[in-house]
Parts: sequence; structure tokens; C-alpha cells
Amino acid sequence: MSTEHNKQEFTITVYTENQIGLLNRIAIIFSRRKINIESLNVSPSEIEHIHRFNILIHEAEDVVRKLARQIEKQIEVLKVYYNTNEDIIWQEMALYKVPTEEIAEKVLVERLLREHGARVVVIRKDYTVFETTGHREETDKLIEVLQPHGLIEFVRSARVAIIKDSEGFNAKLREFEREEPGQDVIENEYLDKGEKVFTM
Amino acid sequence: MNIKTMETLQKEVTSTPETKTFIEVTGSVALLEGLIAEGTDVIFGYPGGAIMPIYDAIYDYKDKLQHILVRHEQGGIHAGQGYARSSGKVGVVFATSGPGATNLVTGLADAQIDSTPLVCITGQVFAHLLGTDAFQETDVINITTPVTKWNYQVTDAKEIPSVLAKAFYIARTGRPGPVLIDITKNAQMQLFNYEGYVPCNHIRSYRPKPNIRKEYIVEAAKLINEAKKPFILFGQGVLLGKAEKEFKAFVEKSGIPAAWTILGAGAIPTDHELNVGMLGMHGNYGPNVLTNECDVLIAIGMRFDDRVTGRLDKYAKQAKLVHLDIDPAEIDKNVKSTVPVWGDCKDTLPLLTELVDEKKHTDWLAKFREYTKAEVDAVIHKELNPTSGELTMGEVINQLNILTKGEAIIVSDVGQHQMVACRYAKFNNTRSNITSGGLGTMGFGLPAAIGAKYGAPDKTVVAVIGDGGFQMTLQELGTIMQFGADVKIMILNNRFLGMVRQWQELFNQKRYSFVDITSPDFVKLAESYYIAGKRVSERDDLVSSLNEMLNHKGSYLLEVMVTKENNVFPMVPQGCSVSEIRLK
Repeated sequence: MSTEHNKQEFTITVYTENQIGLLNRIAIIFSRRKINIESLNVSPSEIEHIHRFNILIHEAEDVVRKLARQIEKQIEVLKVYYNTNEDIIWQEMALYKVPTEEIAEKVLVERLLREHGARVVVIRKDYTVFETTGHREETDKLIEVLQPHGLIEFVRSARVAIIKDSEGFNAKLREFEREEPGQDVIENEYLDKGEKVFTM
Repeated sequence: MNIKTMETLQKEVTSTPETKTFIEVTGSVALLEGLIAEGTDVIFGYPGGAIMPIYDAIYDYKDKLQHILVRHEQGGIHAGQGYARSSGKVGVVFATSGPGATNLVTGLADAQIDSTPLVCITGQVFAHLLGTDAFQETDVINITTPVTKWNYQVTDAKEIPSVLAKAFYIARTGRPGPVLIDITKNAQMQLFNYEGYVPCNHIRSYRPKPNIRKEYIVEAAKLINEAKKPFILFGQGVLLGKAEKEFKAFVEKSGIPAAWTILGAGAIPTDHELNVGMLGMHGNYGPNVLTNECDVLIAIGMRFDDRVTGRLDKYAKQAKLVHLDIDPAEIDKNVKSTVPVWGDCKDTLPLLTELVDEKKHTDWLAKFREYTKAEVDAVIHKELNPTSGELTMGEVINQLNILTKGEAIIVSDVGQHQMVACRYAKFNNTRSNITSGGLGTMGFGLPAAIGAKYGAPDKTVVAVIGDGGFQMTLQELGTIMQFGADVKIMILNNRFLGMVRQWQELFNQKRYSFVDITSPDFVKLAESYYIAGKRVSERDDLVSSLNEMLNHKGSYLLEVMVTKENNVFPMVPQGCSVSEIRLK
């Protein structure tokens, strides 16, 4: 059993075919085990027809490894990686809607924007929309600052992450398309790299 | 709409002056042509509104495709499972939308957990009605996602040939499993240019077999050759890989005692000198105890189910593990392996056999024999050879063995009789033990036996079923009546839901809570379905009754009244280690 103390954030990266229903097939691998998905991003990858999932969960590594194998087992899944925060570069984007009147009069807008690396997306008479990109703590901080000034609405995107070690997927995909792919791209690669990168 | 068979269509096409490379057919006809191309000879199904175009098409295919009208879709899918399990081919099942499709769910879950290859076709409402709560509409794709290896909804007939090809490829390759195709009614009716059926043999995102890594085979062989007390655990993977011959060669060369999971039974004959018995909660004494004494475990095509391992943190901690499996997700899932040998055991076993030393583990094997003797003395002898009191389940199976000489296919349901059947039935041949292992589906037995008979028409098929499980799917007697499957039905009636009663006796202070089940007159019931039958309760009549059943031309129902409060032993109580197995 995994205990609370060996749990940490893992970002699972999944390359898949673009197929209706696959999101559900992947999501139930987590919900079946009563594991919460902290954030989920699905979008087309750099390769046509291939989609990339970024799934953020808080779990122990042995559990994550098993989950990754179950995900990779799905027919339309090409490849799964899982990484700790140290292995990746990631960002989340946030939007903040605040009353223009309040923000223009009472808050030092310029300082606020500089301090939080934020930018203004829209300015209207009634409201202004700020945008900032960063880690969770950074986007959270701006909420704290804006909350006393009548923050109307807030939204944050899921985490998107780039794997530091990854050489991308272009070359791998060509191997997948072959009936007899080379040894280096498939299954047992995991055995060579051990704990570092998960792949089967 | 006028649906024509392929032959008529072909004639029409060839008679037209300009040559075409395609013919115009409906989605339904394309589906049936695809099934024929895949070698399907029997379909278990039940019609309904949303699958009517397919049924209209099959009307013209009666000479090529045998359709067995079951009495309930659950019966249909269990029959498909029985067919797949006895034949090694893909079972095909038809059902309509809505309730027809939801009735498949138990069978899909059963096939998924027991890795049974199935292609299920469900009808669906017209595509334009999807999501409108139309009559008999259910979200079949999402309902069945957790219990299928793959599923897909077809809304355009043009997709049917390629999707069907993909379905068969996925169902039977790698670790097999159930696949469901949901076809909207418009796609079934739609005419399109059919260019023939092309079987699928590659999907870029799907690797049915992991690549074999020779270095791990070498490492595994080294571990095995150095072992003093090696022990083989084998499961259904050997059967699914059709690797019985390769497995036998490995066992015989290495001389290592081998024990089976219930789905692995029959991979080598029960009486093989190195077959030391059954694993698990109600398995044999030696295999359970000695799991915790061996030094190297060689697991072949088995997945360390909790019913096999008992308490995991006390399971084979002293042993190194070589795990052969085709499914990478099974490696290290429950028990951490020392050397993972990923791949189809049909390929990996011969490589391993080549590298292992020829040995005889005489002393180690003798240890298993000692435990067998202890088990015979404490449990088996009195179970198989009682001289007084009511009949026991064990003696019924034992007599059946003698009469069938271990050549019959035994299909069991779920419960005490299942454990007794698996423990005591003799299996000379592979694919002769058909039972619901992972899901433990009561009601599996009767329909699965019907399917098993279609999958292996030359075999004697005996369905061993309890009085509880029989009442869950007894409507399939109607299928037997109508289509004449020669199935010998043996109800072991203890007038209890015996397994739950046993647990209530052992762990709930005999508080028998709703396990006392009454039954109709099963013999009369059979008679009303025009099936011959008999009830036996006396020891003196047992052999003659079994003989009558086996020699009867056609199906037969034998109700055997057995002792009410018998327990299945040995038993590894839940939460206990395999070495804490109880003999009483």
C-alpha cells in the first residue's frame, strides 16, 4: 500500500490516437482505483492525428507505474511516460476578471503586473481581464492580491508539461508504423532505463 | 428494403457490362461477409428492433452461418465464451440495443477478466437519435468501456469491414479479450460500395506481443538452473498461447513440479507426474504450503490473483520470481518479479527450455507427495470414497472421472461444486475445464456448456452446476430444446447457496443468512423442455445414473442430491497466508 508520505506529484504524458471515447477509457483507469486527477490537458500534439494528454496526479511511484502500464495497454494509446516535477518544465495559465473601476483607482496596476508577470488581455469600462502563466503558487498568489479588489471570475488551465529528457515523438511514431519496430522504441525500453523514464 | 445475399449480388454484378471492383451491399451484408471471412461458424444471439436489418440479412445466410437463438442475452454471451474457451476461436454474439446490450455486461466483464476472445455486435438506434433517449437507447460504448478490451460505435456502413477486421484482430491477439461493436441501425441498412474484406494484422498503437529479450531468458535460465527447490505456477496463458506442447517440454526437461490456477487446468494432464495440483484458496495442500518454501517461482501465464496468493505480504517472500507473461501490465502488478520474461509463452518457453538443465528434483518432488498424502488422508479420501451418509460432491465428480476417463469437457458454474469439480475432475486434454474464474459469475455454467458443445462438437460436455447457479440462467434449457445441443447437465443440489453457507459457518458463527434456497423440481422442469432427466440421491444408484446420463442420446439433466452442509477443504481463509491453509 502506498502511504501518504511517499506520494508526490506525477505528470503522466500519454500519446494517443485521436479517438472518441478514449478520454473515458483513460479516465476510468484512475477513477476505478479512486484516484483523483488533479489536472488534465488533452490537445493535438505536434504530429497530425496524434493527441497528447497531460495528467497530473498525486500518488506514490509504484502506483503510478502500474497506472501507466494500464494506460499503455489501451489499444489506441501509443506511449506513456510519467515524470516527477524535477523531470519536467511545466506551466499553467490563469485568467482573472476584475472590476476596472476598482482596479484602476485603488490598485497600482503597473506594479501588480510587473510583480506577477501578468499582462492585460482585455480592458473594458466595466471589467479588465489579466492573464498570467506559471506554477500553481504563482497563479494562486495573484488571486490573493486581487481578491480584496472584487475579483469577479477566475479560471486556470490544466498543467502542460515538457519532459526534459524527451526527444519528442516524431521518430518514435515512424517506428510504431512499422510492423516490426526497432527494439529501442518499444516495450522493454523500460527495463533499460529503470526508474528514470517509464515506457513499455 | 430488399437485402440480397452476396451471391445474388455477385451474379448481378458480373452480368453488367462494365467491370466493377466493388459491389453495392448493405452494412449488414458486409458484416456477415466479414464474419464468414473470419471463419465464424456459429453466432449466439437474440434479435430486437435496433438489430433487425442484420437479422434480415442473416435470413439469407442460414446455410453459411449458424445462428443459435438464446433465451437471454446473458446466456448468449456466456455461450460465446464457452465456444471460445473450448474451440480456441473467437466467440461471436449478437444483441439488440438497450436492454439487449446491457444484458451482455456480465458476460463482457467475465470475458475481460478471464481473457476470453469475443466479438459482440450490438444494434443501436439510428445515428440521428443518439443522445435523445430514444426507445431502447443506452450508451453502450460507455457502459462497456471498463469491461471490453476495445469497443467502437459504427455510424457509417463504410466503416464496417475495417472495424470488424480490427475487432477480430484485437480480440484474439496478445492477451485476448472481449470486443464490442455498436452499429447504428442506419449503418446496418446503408448501401455502400463494398470492396471485400481485408483482415487486420497491424494497428500502430497496439503491440500484441512484447519483443522478447534474450538476456532476460538467459537470466531466467540461470536462476532456474541454480535453484534447489524451483516451482512452476501455470495459468491460462499456456492455453491462450496454444503453448501446451512447449510447456510440457519445459516442465519435463527441467523436472520442476508444476501447479495450476483453475484456468490453467488441463495445460498438462492431471495425471502427469510433475503436475502437483491446484493453487489457491481451495487448491491442494502441497502447492500452497510449498509456495512459501520454494527458492525460485516460475510463473507462466498467470496473474497472481488474490484467490491464488492469499495474503500478499506473506506470499513467497523467500523466493525469486521468474514471471512469463504476454501482458506487460501483469509484471510486478501483485508480486514483484526478479526476472520478467515478457512475451508470448509459445515463443519464450522454447527459448527457456533450450537453456535449462535437464534435471530431476526427486527430493523436492517427494515433498509435494508427502503433502498430497496428508491431504488425501485428511480430506480427499473421505470426500471421494464415503461409505455412509448422503452423497458428496467429490464422489460424484470422482465417479464421473472414471466413466469419462478424463476425456470430457467439464463446464462448471460458481461455488462449492466449482471448487470440487476443479479439484477432483481429471483433465487429460487442454481446454477441458471451462469455468468462470476471475469474475465468479453464477449462472455461467449452463449457457457456457451450450457454447462449449458448439465449439467442440465431438467432445462430451458435462455442465456441473449448483442448485443456486442453475436457477440464474435456467432459461437456456429452451435453447437446448430448440437447437439440440447435447449437453449433460449435472446439478449438484445441496439445497443451500453452499459457498456462502460455508463462510457463514466458518466465519459468521453459523448465522445462515439467506443461503437456504429452495428449488423447483428440476427433473420436471427439464421434462417440460423435452429434456430427459433423473434425480439420484442413493449411492447405489449413482454410477448407473451417471452412465444413463452419459449414454443418453442428446441432452440430459441429472439432479444429484448431495449432503447439505459439506465444506470444501483445504481452504486458505481470506487474509491468511498460503502456508496457513486449513485442512478442516
